[in-house]
Amino acid sequence: MSSAMITPAGGAREALEHEEKKSLEAREFGFWIYLMTDAVLFALLFATYAVLAGNFADGPTSKELFDLGHVAGETALLLLSSLTFGFATLAMGEDRAGRVIQWLALTLVLGVCFLAMEMVEFYGMIEKGAGPDVSGFLSAFFALVGTHGLHVAFGAIGICVMIGQVMVKGLTLPVRSRLIRLGLFWHFLDIVWIGIFSVVYLPGVM
Amino acid sequence: MLGRLTIDAIPLYSWVAMGGAAVTVGGGLAVFLLITYLRAWKMLWRDWLTSVDHKKIGIMYVVLALVMLVRGFIDALMMRAQQAISLNNEGYLPPEHFEQIFSSHGTIMIFFVAMPFLTGLINIIVPQQIGARDVAFPFLNSVSLWMTAAGAALVLISLAVGKFSTAGWTGYPPYSGVEYSPGVGVDYWIWALLVSGIGSTLSGINFIVTIVKNRCPGMHLMRMPMFTWTTLCISILMAFAFPALTVVAAQLALDRTLGFHFFTNEAGGNMMMFANLLWIWGHPEVYILILPAFGIFSEVVATFSRKRLFGYESLVYATACIAILSFTVWLHHFFTMGSSANVNAVFGIATMIIAVPTGVKIFDWLFTMYRGRIEFHPSMVYTIGFMVTFVIGGVTGVLLALPPADYLMHNSTFLVAHFHNMLIPGALFGYFAGLNYWFPKAFGFKLDAKWGIRSFWFWMVGFYLAFMPLYALGFMGMSRRMEHYADPSWQPFLIVAALGAVCVLCGIICIGIQLYVSIKTWGSSADVTGDPWNGRTLEWATSSPPAPYNFAVLPEVRDIDAFHEMKLRGTAYTPPDRYEDIVMPKSTGLGPILGGLAFVLGFSMVWYIWWLAALCFVLSLVCVGIRACDDDTDFVMPAAEVEKIERARLARITPSNMHDMRPFVPKGAASGLPMPGGAA
Repeated sequence: MSSAMITPAGGAREALEHEEKKSLEAREFGFWIYLMTDAVLFALLFATYAVLAGNFADGPTSKELFDLGHVAGETALLLLSSLTFGFATLAMGEDRAGRVIQWLALTLVLGVCFLAMEMVEFYGMIEKGAGPDVSGFLSAFFALVGTHGLHVAFGAIGICVMIGQVMVKGLTLPVRSRLIRLGLFWHFLDIVWIGIFSVVYLPGVM
Repeated sequence: MLGRLTIDAIPLYSWVAMGGAAVTVGGGLAVFLLITYLRAWKMLWRDWLTSVDHKKIGIMYVVLALVMLVRGFIDALMMRAQQAISLNNEGYLPPEHFEQIFSSHGTIMIFFVAMPFLTGLINIIVPQQIGARDVAFPFLNSVSLWMTAAGAALVLISLAVGKFSTAGWTGYPPYSGVEYSPGVGVDYWIWALLVSGIGSTLSGINFIVTIVKNRCPGMHLMRMPMFTWTTLCISILMAFAFPALTVVAAQLALDRTLGFHFFTNEAGGNMMMFANLLWIWGHPEVYILILPAFGIFSEVVATFSRKRLFGYESLVYATACIAILSFTVWLHHFFTMGSSANVNAVFGIATMIIAVPTGVKIFDWLFTMYRGRIEFHPSMVYTIGFMVTFVIGGVTGVLLALPPADYLMHNSTFLVAHFHNMLIPGALFGYFAGLNYWFPKAFGFKLDAKWGIRSFWFWMVGFYLAFMPLYALGFMGMSRRMEHYADPSWQPFLIVAALGAVCVLCGIICIGIQLYVSIKTWGSSADVTGDPWNGRTLEWATSSPPAPYNFAVLPEVRDIDAFHEMKLRGTAYTPPDRYEDIVMPKSTGLGPILGGLAFVLGFSMVWYIWWLAALCFVLSLVCVGIRACDDDTDFVMPAAEVEKIERARLARITPSNMHDMRPFVPKGAASGLPMPGGAA
């Protein structure tokens, strides 16, 4: 089959471009389905948390541990980062690669700050003797919030890769498609965080 | 440096275990040496391992499934032998070894036989049935394959390095927790599931997008062949159920390695949650295994009855109903855990309701056969054997769906007999039917029918001998998974069951002989037209084996039985006006590399070799990153080359080797609209 490989020219290039467009459409649809599978994963972690939320087992309770002010800061950072990603997408629509990079960089900074705040929160809890090995409640808490944090970390790596791709390749068709998919991922994590805020933190301090 | 991996990991504790390890290592070594001797490594790497062609990936899946079938079946044979002799004595297997065997038997048969078998058949056939050139994501397909293979390799290596789980294939805590199972066995089980589960999730996503996006012109949803329909339904199940397996296995891993308290007895864990999470995946999984087989039976029964499938639409709706209902019945796997009577009743009724769409299907197949010109091809014989046997399993299933009856039979051999009665005829017979039916499509020559029929009869008789006694033993009070027992009235039944296992062994040997004989005489059973059975669906429109691009020109579909209709119109083999350049995906080594990394990652997590696990994880991310930056993943096959391949194929097809379509031309009142001429 390798003998058939030729440098695309004329009609062949057309065929390649047509196929690329079709394939990118399929990828966007596939990415939605992937997000749904991820939603199932989070749904089950939420369910686990709901089952174990009251199982403090002589360990510290959610009232003692959660600090709404800190969580409000995290929420602000993450929601703001969704906004800046939105601006990056708008800049992409206007074909302004420089702007895209600036907004992505800002999104990255906000995302990393969110992760830093989360690390501070986790570290503080473990210091206070409230690690995940203390009670069912804390296991479920660390699993749910930690999985979300892990996703944000992957998203941040994705943003780094995409900044590099926009710099090197410019706003080509595949790069645009990847940016849209990364955006979907990033906004999805925002929605999950709102779920965490309303299922974990808010009831936890009430 | 090596975590808890020491020389003690070699299974010196029993001769039987040592023998198993020796066979596994020796088998691997023999294959390695054979490939080296044949100087086939380069060819293997270039043409197969790195291939992203859906046909080749499918074939590799099926090969994996058949190899693991032998391994899983040896486990079964050993269990039957043990129980046949262990009346009031220890038999030949120490209890801990017996426990490993029943755990690995279930794990292997579900995850590494049934899953790869069905995924392989889907891979080979579905893109061709919908008139596509490949799956939507060929590279992802390769990653899925190698993730599944990595999981299988973890189970295999547990035989030689360390031990496998003793907690059964469902691994319920607290027994599977670190307190009662401190060794590496459960960790092997967890990581095999995690790694292969990711592969299955990706497969599900891939097939959904393929079927939704890649259908050829005219292939409306309600014209899709039944096998494609069942694939669409189970792909949705795979995408939505497998995350539950990932979650539950990861949580158990966190409990065991980092001291979390999801399922522990103390500190606020809740072990019933494990059963819920596992079966939220586990029940849809049953249908993931069975529905594709239903699809295969539907194709086979129509082809070999020489009739259009009866009640196509009712079959589609029945399949969709089963897929939806499969998410509503998971609690029937643990009625005895003491949910309230009302909860049990709801799930019991939901379970019985599933029998309705399944019954619809059985009648549809029967009516397809009614007044058909039935041909007893091995795949048709498997289909008939399935229908008779599966109904028995369905009836015992409805019995178990009654919570009060379930309290009596839970965890007894009655249950073991029931689910084997569903999965052997319902899933495995379907895959064997598919193997016999589609083998010529994949390889270009037919399988020997005589040995196919023989393998069927051995499987059929062996199945009844092995599992009917277990139904009776369940009523007599025998629990599942007993290493030895004290009731002499059980032994005759267990001896019959062991004879059944021997019979099945003969069935497997027959399949081996069938493959051998067919390969030896392949020239005389070559499939020149690509349509050996006078098939009805589009996969028979391609050559056997198909060209890398399947269809030189995408077909246009006008009917449910698209290819049958083309043959009637006489357009099945007309060359197109002009050929076009075809874009094809390039092969890539990243699939097997990612699989290899996943295997080492799983292995090092099992043995607590943290640095290696971290390294593999980072390298996997790097591989994904490399792929995410690669825009040059396709190449163009020029029209001239396509034309050359197609012309050579069409030249071989002469009127003498085409099927006579005259008997199928509708006559009289049945003809309805006048058919355009052209019947050969």
